[in-house]
Amino acid sequence: MDGLRVLLVDDEEELVETLVERMQIRGFRAEAVTRGIDAITRIRESEFDVVVLDVKMPGLDGMEVIAQLKNDRPELQVILLTGHGSSEDAARGIKAGAFDYLIKPVDIEELIEIINRAAAR
Amino acid sequence: MAHPPAQQQGSPIGQPPEEQGISSDRYRRLFKAVTVATAIVAIAPLIILAILNYHQYKRAYRADLIHPISLLTLNTKRSLEFFLSQRRSALKMIINDKSFNELCDQAALEEIFVNLKASFGGGFVDLGLIDDQGNQCSYVGPFELEGINYAGQQWFREVALRGVYVSEVFEGFRKVPHFIIAVKHETGPRDYHVLRATIDTELLNDQVLHLSERPNSDAFLISRKGVLQSPSRTYGDVLDDFPLEVPPYSVKVEVVEQLDERGRPLIVGYAYIESTSFVLLLINRPEAIMGNWLSLRSEMIVFTAVSALLILAVIFWGAHYMVSRIRAADVKRASVFHNMEYTNKMATIGRLAAGVAHEINNPLAIINEKAGLLRDLVTYGEDHPLNEKFDRIVDSIIKSVERCSSITHRLLGFARQREASTEMINLEPLIQEVLGFLGKSALHRDIEVRINVPDDLPAIESDRRQLQQIFLNIINNAFAAVDDGGRIEIGMTEAEPGTVAVSVTDNGSGISKENMKHIFEPFFTTKKGYGTGLGLSITFSMVAKIGGRIEVSSVEGEGTTFTILLPVVESRD
Repeated sequence: MDGLRVLLVDDEEELVETLVERMQIRGFRAEAVTRGIDAITRIRESEFDVVVLDVKMPGLDGMEVIAQLKNDRPELQVILLTGHGSSEDAARGIKAGAFDYLIKPVDIEELIEIINRAAAR
Repeated sequence: MAHPPAQQQGSPIGQPPEEQGISSDRYRRLFKAVTVATAIVAIAPLIILAILNYHQYKRAYRADLIHPISLLTLNTKRSLEFFLSQRRSALKMIINDKSFNELCDQAALEEIFVNLKASFGGGFVDLGLIDDQGNQCSYVGPFELEGINYAGQQWFREVALRGVYVSEVFEGFRKVPHFIIAVKHETGPRDYHVLRATIDTELLNDQVLHLSERPNSDAFLISRKGVLQSPSRTYGDVLDDFPLEVPPYSVKVEVVEQLDERGRPLIVGYAYIESTSFVLLLINRPEAIMGNWLSLRSEMIVFTAVSALLILAVIFWGAHYMVSRIRAADVKRASVFHNMEYTNKMATIGRLAAGVAHEINNPLAIINEKAGLLRDLVTYGEDHPLNEKFDRIVDSIIKSVERCSSITHRLLGFARQREASTEMINLEPLIQEVLGFLGKSALHRDIEVRINVPDDLPAIESDRRQLQQIFLNIINNAFAAVDDGGRIEIGMTEAEPGTVAVSVTDNGSGISKENMKHIFEPFFTTKKGYGTGLGLSITFSMVAKIGGRIEVSSVEGEGTTFTILLPVVESRD
């Protein structure tokens, strides 16, 4: 158990909560928010090792959140979640400083592997 | 299933419209209609004019031919009549002037005969006076005819009846052709005497013979019974029978066209000589005179034919050029239609697919995570007798999610990439992907799909989206062509260096020879009611666009093979 602190951000509440639960089972200190603005607030309040961020969200979307985060906490690693066919978004995200991206639906083991690599950086 | 080598080849793909000429039936019909209509409008007046000219010239030539004949015949008739009338009048004058007794005196008659000959310069052979009993009471001439009785002879009866008589030519006692002129003088109700003179036929012949000197002419006299009265160049000597029919009586000079005994055309001028049984004939053979006409006619025919050929050549060239241009414009228009149709279709499918895929993806992700959580709970939780069953159920849920996910990914993948992009493509996975769309259809309809691909098939550099669409169209058509339980075979080979051939062979109903000509034409469809007629046309254009070509062979009742030849390294048009 490395107890990495992970913040999952996705407008699909059911999805992120399930992911949080699955990660917690695997020993992560994971929590979830469903809006970009909440993610920024939450990161300002607490320390996180990795943020898993959905690109398409109502309100503040993933790209805007990543820009804000890179401004506030440049060392924070961000992993993007995209729908299929949004590889252009992912490419833009990586240019903006994201560590990597995953296409939904994600495989939990793959997600954990990338989170670990991101945290190790 | 292997077909025999291409039986009916469709048009090769990638040929620019300008070079396609006017091969299809529609354009051939248009070409024919334009050519025929223009030819009729242009050549018919020429031919009508030529025919009219022909007849006018012919009439003019005939008139030129007939007029001089008519004139010559008339002149000769007049001089003959004058010749005979002179001699008749001389005899009349003598018989009226002298009494029977005076004329019966041999010495006086001799003196009159000498004077006659001196006045008329020959022609009179002898002269005799005959009483009303037919007895010759005096005679001057080279023969011994004194005291002879003419009462039984035809000419004596004729002159007694008519007063004047000109005989036909006959041989008489002397066996020399001659004719006589006899005149009667009445001295009382029953008393009369006759003065009779024999005329040398040479003089008569001279009147006519000069006409025969013209080329292709023959002039002579015949009797009304058809016996030659003067020698003919063609029909024999005096007193021979004239072989042709005697022309019908006319007071005027007549010119008629008739055929000789060998069926050759003749122009015959004739005139009945007044108060005699002579008929003057002037016969012309028109061939030589018509020579000019014949050469003119040949020139007219050659001119008309050359003009018509020239006009036809121009019409052919013009119609070909025009129809080719129309065809090129049609092809261009169709191509614009393709692009519009294709772009609209792709845009619609893209929007629809992206929307559906995105909406389905999110709940799928949730299902996936929930199932994953369930598995986690089983894996990380306490042992439970049903754990194994849970695990199987979760496995099944996750696999179903993966299946759904692959469908949405394909939909999105298909809808994306609007811009043409080139990448290295392995054809087999691409075909498998396309077949994925049709997989259920194959299963439900029990269609067997076989793929034969050699291990060393090179990957090709091409546009994935275009290839997907091309193979989707071709394979979809194969599915439509086969019956349930049919077979589709997809073969891939390196046909020639640098070219990969993908053949799609079905064992469906095949394509008729007639339809084969049209299958790549836009708007041509055999799918009554539900085909746009653009599928193969679009495919044709797309294959051309990525530098390939498409060939088709089909045997009715056995099946069809579409072969798409693709360059390994793309060379776009």
